Amino acid sequence: MCLAIPALIKSIENEEADVDMGGITRRISLRLTPQAKVGDYVIIHTGYAINILDQHEARETLKLFDQLAKAAEEER
Amino acid sequence: MADRILLAHGSGGKLAHDLVQEMFVDVLGNPILAKLDDAAIFTASGRLAFTTDSYVVTPIFFPGGDIGKLAVCGTVNDLAMSGARPLYLSLSFIIEEGFPQKDLEEIVNSVKEATDEAGAMIVTGDTKVVDQGSADRLYINTAGVGAVAPGLNISGSNAQPGDKVLLSGPIGDHGIAVMSKREGFSFSTKLESDCAPLNDMVADMLAASSNIHCLRDPTRGGLATTLNELAKQSEIKIIIEEEQLPVHDEVLAACEMLGFDPLYVANEGKLVAVVAAPDAERVLNTMRKTRYGKEAVILGEVVEGDSGRVVMKTHLGATRIVDMLVGDLLPRIC
Amino acid sequence: MKFLSEFRDGRLAKGVVSQIHRRSETPARFMEFCGGHTVTIFRYGIRQILPATIEMLSGPGCPVCVTANADLDKAIALAQTPGVIVTTFGDMLKVPGSDLSLQEVKAEGADVRMVYSTMDAVHIAEENPSKRVVFLGIGFETTAPTVAASILHAEEKHLKNYYVLSVHKLCPPVIKALLDSGEVNLDGLICPGHVSAVIGSRAWDFIARDYAIPCVVSGFEPLDVLQCVDMLVTQVEEGNSKVEIAYRRGVRPEGNPEALRLMDEVFEACPAQWRGMGTIPDSGLKLRSTYQHFDAEYAFDIDPGPTREPQGCICGDILRGVKTPLDCRLFDNGCTPEDPVGPCMVSSEGSCATYYLYGRNSGR
Repeated sequence: MCLAIPALIKSIENEEADVDMGGITRRISLRLTPQAKVGDYVIIHTGYAINILDQHEARETLKLFDQLAKAAEEER
Repeated sequence: MADRILLAHGSGGKLAHDLVQEMFVDVLGNPILAKLDDAAIFTASGRLAFTTDSYVVTPIFFPGGDIGKLAVCGTVNDLAMSGARPLYLSLSFIIEEGFPQKDLEEIVNSVKEATDEAGAMIVTGDTKVVDQGSADRLYINTAGVGAVAPGLNISGSNAQPGDKVLLSGPIGDHGIAVMSKREGFSFSTKLESDCAPLNDMVADMLAASSNIHCLRDPTRGGLATTLNELAKQSEIKIIIEEEQLPVHDEVLAACEMLGFDPLYVANEGKLVAVVAAPDAERVLNTMRKTRYGKEAVILGEVVEGDSGRVVMKTHLGATRIVDMLVGDLLPRIC
Repeated sequence: MKFLSEFRDGRLAKGVVSQIHRRSETPARFMEFCGGHTVTIFRYGIRQILPATIEMLSGPGCPVCVTANADLDKAIALAQTPGVIVTTFGDMLKVPGSDLSLQEVKAEGADVRMVYSTMDAVHIAEENPSKRVVFLGIGFETTAPTVAASILHAEEKHLKNYYVLSVHKLCPPVIKALLDSGEVNLDGLICPGHVSAVIGSRAWDFIARDYAIPCVVSGFEPLDVLQCVDMLVTQVEEGNSKVEIAYRRGVRPEGNPEALRLMDEVFEACPAQWRGMGTIPDSGLKLRSTYQHFDAEYAFDIDPGPTREPQGCICGDILRGVKTPLDCRLFDNGCTPEDPVGPCMVSSEGSCATYYLYGRNSGR
């Protein structure tokens, strides 16, 4: 539910931002995330950023998965 | 010439004759069309393939093409999928009164470019003009005749267990490119429609192998629908690998944004080939040397059992069923 | 796609799946509340790769599916009103009301337009000053703040022709009602990721505390769901019940305070009708009196006619998790995505549509 995808903020004008999602760009509203800055990744739902994506947490999670994957590979 | 198409342009009088001469004959320039007889006469021998399609795409101009290019490529590709060399096409317009002449010129130029590339000729046609509101800007119908080499038997019912399933390139470009211009979706992308004539690639493939069992171009309904059609016609099962599925980043992104699965998004310049296993690599390499097949892949294979079923081995290694498209592709928020 | 594709990696998935298999000994039933999670689970074949100890159940987290016929009929009545443009997300176009769907009414000449964003609906109002533009507000707490923002935006632009028909619903109350009904016994809850991005993971504390059910907030990529299941399994094996966040890149305990503030500014809680579950107190949103001039319920005299429920449709039971689509005698037997009887088959994340697309004849 609640289709929302990560997008990179390229520029901001008032309460709106031009974002890049995998090569497509769109103008979205930052009204729900006024503290977002250029260079942030935000999560976009129906043309609004609903949260700022925590890039550090994303990387930590992927690192954790990588450790589990290595452990699983060593077991075999 | 006036700058808009009028009802009189379709009524057969002087205005109509001038339109046909200047807009069509002079641009499409070939001796058969120039005769302007009621029917085109040509000689062809052996088995012939014959197909027709109507084109009602909206918007009529989209990134990477227009309805004219689509109308030619669609029919040329239908011929090519039967293994036929495209020869002659008909071109019929139904135009809404008030349609700008310069748009029509642009469309006819696209038709010319596409037929030149495909090596086919428009030899006959028709123009009708209807009241404003009776057509959505412009519709095109094309019919095409092609020559099928003796002994060639390409059909959706010929797939055999053990065959490999090849795909000529990334999926979903056309559907997403068209959608980017539609009201209510708008996003910017460099993505263009993949609309292209595939007959040259097919000719090279047929020269490389006489064990190509099926050819089909996935258009509306996407790759998933085409694979299901083949599976049902041949009464076999197809397994494809998600890891092998080529999708441009922008198509993936647009699909994620709108809630689509790229397997169901329209294409206009791709083909699926079902080839006997020993020839698969050779056909693949042949495709990769052509203009529209550079990113061709072996996507999967045909297996025994579960007749008419298509399944996909997902990124996670599990399998899931890939059904035909049911209904329309509608964007969702959930 | 960055921060998306990496969470679909097959190699990384194998690591998490290994761990789940290693840890899971106790039979456990987990419910994914959210339709989006149901789609991910089916699309990637996640049920196949989980150990047999784990049973997955789908819940009522599909805003399209839980919209009552009576509410949809109001939108259809509005569409049939002269001078009105009804704008809606694509999801609702094909859902049948008591009689027709919005798409069918559109085919009959009504001005119904699909939009991707409420911003588009506001633009349509600006561009059509002589028409009244009604936005059909469906969705949970992920969507409601965006609708609130559109109302504030319309207020700032002094628009007099933009209205919202709010059928928004809230998640915690319906989960509470489900648990209180005693109809489902759960050992864990997969909490909705984007709803939680707005309302925060703390919103689920009451479930862990009062019902002793482990809760983990999950993202929507396959690795997210697997990580969530792993964390639920760990809690089950350790005999814990607490709220944890698996979707750490998207969700914080406090949620998004600004989104919550905007939602609270424009909306207040009210009773709402949930398909198959009746009326649940404080589970819906209506516009506050300060914003009444944007409220379609006030601006229009809506007469939708009598409500009829489709015969034989068990969407309600399916939404509550007591039956599966395969238990419905209409499933693929009169009710298909092309010709749906109930909303669970129309919504692309409805249980029935998901089963139809991915699970028919697959045995599980």
